[in-house]
Amino acid sequence: MDFDQSIFLQALTSKEFLSGAVLSLELAAVSQVAATLIGLFVALAGISKSKTLRSLAWAYVWFFRSVPTLLLLLIVWNAAPQIIPALRDNWYSPFLAGFVGLSVVEGAFMAEILRSALLSVDSGQKLAARALGLTPAQTFLRVELPQAIKVALPPTGNEFIGMIKYTSLASVISLQELMTTAQVQVATTFRYAEFYTAALVYYLVIVSAVMVLQHQVEKRYRWVSLPAKTRPRVERVPATLKGL
Amino acid sequence: MSETTTTPRQTVKTVLEVRNLHKTYGNQEVLKGVDFTVGSGEVKVVLGRSGSGKSTMLRLMALLEPLDAGEVIFKGKRIGVDANNRPVRERALARQRSEIGMVFQRFNLFSHLTVMQNVTLAQRLTRKAGAAEAKARAAEMLDRVGLGSHLHHFPSELSGGQQQRVAIARALVLNPSVMLFDEPTSALDPELVNDVLAVMEQLAADGMTMVVVTHEMSFARRVGTDVALFDQGVLVEQAPPEEFFTNPQQERTRNFLRHIH
Ligand SMILES: Nc1ncnc2c1ncn2[C@@H]1O[C@H](COP(=O)(O)OP(=O)(O)O)[C@@H](O)[C@H]1O
Ligand SMILES: [Mg+2]
Repeated sequence: MDFDQSIFLQALTSKEFLSGAVLSLELAAVSQVAATLIGLFVALAGISKSKTLRSLAWAYVWFFRSVPTLLLLLIVWNAAPQIIPALRDNWYSPFLAGFVGLSVVEGAFMAEILRSALLSVDSGQKLAARALGLTPAQTFLRVELPQAIKVALPPTGNEFIGMIKYTSLASVISLQELMTTAQVQVATTFRYAEFYTAALVYYLVIVSAVMVLQHQVEKRYRWVSLPAKTRPRVERVPATLKGL
Repeated sequence: MSETTTTPRQTVKTVLEVRNLHKTYGNQEVLKGVDFTVGSGEVKVVLGRSGSGKSTMLRLMALLEPLDAGEVIFKGKRIGVDANNRPVRERALARQRSEIGMVFQRFNLFSHLTVMQNVTLAQRLTRKAGAAEAKARAAEMLDRVGLGSHLHHFPSELSGGQQQRVAIARALVLNPSVMLFDEPTSALDPELVNDVLAVMEQLAADGMTMVVVTHEMSFARRVGTDVALFDQGVLVEQAPPEEFFTNPQQERTRNFLRHIH
């Protein structure tokens, strides 16, 4: 077996791989945003006073955590149009189907993350906010949510990285994302090692970039006035100058 | 309330009053018909064992929780309910709450906001103050509580005593008609207690109407207009400090005072 570096480099710099990677990242990003919003509403329902809302939230999380993402994608792309004729039109693209499938599944996981993040916020601060005359909406948006976000950030970063990898499942619904791109090239050339490695490199680069971004965002949520590094150092008088 | 003894005094304008306050949690009756009044410029100190219902009374006075029975009267008007005795909407409640300042045992500063932002937030949201005005007022108030040089610190970077003084400034900056203090020094290291008490004493000297739940007896003696004892959900006795400490009328008060000395 040999590894043809030129094929690998060609794949790595090809338009197909780049646009596949961009598509993967786009799908992951919009799905994660939607999942976070779904998760927020499900989390709020889950901690609300209404028993009906709590039951609905529980049912959502139960169902979408249980169903395999691959199976759901196939249902959304293949089965749904058989049942709903409107989905047979052109606007119903693999990207849209992937977006729907990935966000509803991820929404269930985000709901759990956000529910525990919201519950972790100090209830004394909510009480203080109300005592100052903030309305419930203001208390939620200005006091509770920012603190919940801080708690939710690390696990959400984790989820987003997972999401980037899950977009590869969309290859089964013929979305031309990164994984599909690699598969297509392999099918015609049988150069498994070169094309799979190229895809691997793209995933590594994307995930590394996300990790850097996550670190930057988390830093903004440290809530200290000065980062430790820039804290003014105590000026030491050199021993030789003492007593001058 | 046959057990309550009140000393007649020249009438001052009542700022905040509760009548026949009742509150039950589960099957535990925490407030069993409390009548309590604080007049303009008065400092009412409330003593009592842990679990006797002091915090609950303050939370009900501040409209932070619904009451089961009784009324809260602020400047002569019932608050928390409308003319038909129905609870008012959250918006109206919020507005009424902002007239009553509250300071908590555990400070409850917003940990995601700087000292300055802690003090400007409610001004911006409930008083619709402009950014510059809110900041100027916050800086001035923080200066008054001795924290003028910590404006951009976060709560986690302050000592408990400093945090509590920020919490006082945060409430004061809204110009409340009355300040309720719920054991403001109980969570503090002993050496930090006096800074907070000094701020409160100055506030009292400036004429602020205050209700202070505390275990600081010297503060009660020195600053209190009246001292009251709470026990098992009722107000047992209330009198000016001299009388309260030297000549208590109720057996329960004598018992309480014996145990703290
Ligand atoms: N939100 C609540 N739910 C249930 N029980 C409560 C609640 N708040 C207070 N209690 C109970 O009411 C009693 C009085 O509490 P509290 O008013 O905090 O007393 P104090 O401030 O005098 O120590 C305590 O037994 C406490 O457990
Ligand atoms: Mg208490």
